[in-house]
Amino acid sequence: MNLWNDPIGLIAGWLNGLLATWGLPAWLASLVVQLIGVVVLVSVMMVVDILLVWVERKVVARFQDRLGPNRLGPFGLIQPFADIIKLLIKENITPIGADLVVYNLAPIMSLMAVLLLWAIVPLAPTIFGVDLNVGALYIIAAGAIGTLSIIMAGWASNNKYALIGAFRQVAVLVSFEVPMIATLLIPTILASSMGMNAIIQGQRVWYVLLAPMAAIIFIVAAIAELGRAPFDLNEAESEIVAGFHIEYTGMKFGLFYAGELLHAFTFGGFWAILFFGGYRFFGLEQLGPLVAAAILMAKALFGYWVIMWVRYTVMRVRIDHMLAFNWKFLTPLAFALLMLTAIVHTLLRGSPEFVYVAGMLLMNAVVAAIVAEILRGFGRRLRARADQPGRAAAPGN
Amino acid sequence: MEIGQLVFAATGLVVLGSAVVVVTTRNLVHAALWLVVTLFGVAALYAILDAGFLAIVQVVIYIGAIAILFIFAVMLTRKELRDQGAQLNRGWWLGALVAVLTFAGLALMVRGWSGFSTLPKAIPAGFDAVGALGNALVAPDAFVLPFEVASVLLLAALIGAVYIAFTRK
Repeated sequence: MNLWNDPIGLIAGWLNGLLATWGLPAWLASLVVQLIGVVVLVSVMMVVDILLVWVERKVVARFQDRLGPNRLGPFGLIQPFADIIKLLIKENITPIGADLVVYNLAPIMSLMAVLLLWAIVPLAPTIFGVDLNVGALYIIAAGAIGTLSIIMAGWASNNKYALIGAFRQVAVLVSFEVPMIATLLIPTILASSMGMNAIIQGQRVWYVLLAPMAAIIFIVAAIAELGRAPFDLNEAESEIVAGFHIEYTGMKFGLFYAGELLHAFTFGGFWAILFFGGYRFFGLEQLGPLVAAAILMAKALFGYWVIMWVRYTVMRVRIDHMLAFNWKFLTPLAFALLMLTAIVHTLLRGSPEFVYVAGMLLMNAVVAAIVAEILRGFGRRLRARADQPGRAAAPGN
Repeated sequence: MEIGQLVFAATGLVVLGSAVVVVTTRNLVHAALWLVVTLFGVAALYAILDAGFLAIVQVVIYIGAIAILFIFAVMLTRKELRDQGAQLNRGWWLGALVAVLTFAGLALMVRGWSGFSTLPKAIPAGFDAVGALGNALVAPDAFVLPFEVASVLLLAALIGAVYIAFTRK
């Protein structure tokens, strides 16, 4: 049953042996095998991406009380493939004055930044690209490449709407990175490691029970990083038409779109890895790596569904509200949680698990109560100001 | 030639080549983007040296923050993104002289160094580099003082930035 217990290791070993019999030196053989692994992982993720288009359209249809794609194939399953053919045969338009190299590089980098993230996702205890010991920071580093691709697209398109969209998106990305880093550090403290595999191994109790507030902040910051509603100021159809990808046609637009969907799914996966036990599910993952990978995918789909749920329920936030929300609310809260988690973790480290979990939960509950009280006071002040005769409300200050 | 040396040479060429383009290109946004390539090459050099943490931090800070700040500054302050006029001024030979002398001095200094011919020691399996770095930064007999001084400096810069940007109502 070795194929069942370690499929990737077995196939890699077999390929290595095969290449060695062909007379390749050991380092070249392992390089070829690793390259094949990368190609397989990327291909699998791209196929998942195609299906995500269908998932997204079906789910949004349900939220909006309609049916969604239902003509091509069972449940409209062939629709995304038809869409891809359409995108591929569309005319490729390059705007006058566009910076050709930068313009064409941007969509590729946008998708690349997302695919890079999958290098550190442990699908199962034995199936992962690399078990980087700085995995949590790697998420931010890959995000930096995504930011760069958006600025490149916005600038190279030679279009003012594209540039405005890029500026907005970068302002959002750069500021929401701060609470995201702070919340990434909380699982790091709990697991005493930044590696994704170690974080999953450490979750005998899912971290969502130890740090529920951090889990919520992480998903909010992730939605902002993705540039999806309610934080979709980068495309804001009603204001700047489509933002940074306004000038892209055909498959170049398709790459941005595919990147966005896969990014949402990926952050759903990281939410699952960091706070919902990754591939762990009450011992079910010990059945085999393929079961573990299926568990992780299911959890990632759940995270993706939460992101869609928020997207199609909440309306777009104004940019000053959004930045004030980040800098005056999320960032201080995330740092306070980080410090309190570190203190409680140090105090309760030796105690039994039950006390440890209860202490962490209690700390989070107290913080949540304080936050609710502060928000209520803030709302009261706003209302009082609005009720004053002759003065309009000035929200966001 | 070993494979490691080949990778190092290729990365070094990318770093140097893109750095030359940064100062010779006339398009300022292109210069900033080539700078990103240079910084990425430096991150790759860190990765080759088994300093994964530094490589990632290099990407997060230099590409994610500083390069993007550069691009912003260029876009917000210049109407014309193309640099006109001569790229060299009259003192170019002075700069070249200083550069050559610095290079010669450094080359003289490291000429007798034995590090060129020795292979790096293999890192023992299971060595936690990030943990060791973190401990070194807060250990009293290591780098806690420089670390704290740098923190205070950054805090002062932060407060200064807030003070300058703050508008009194």
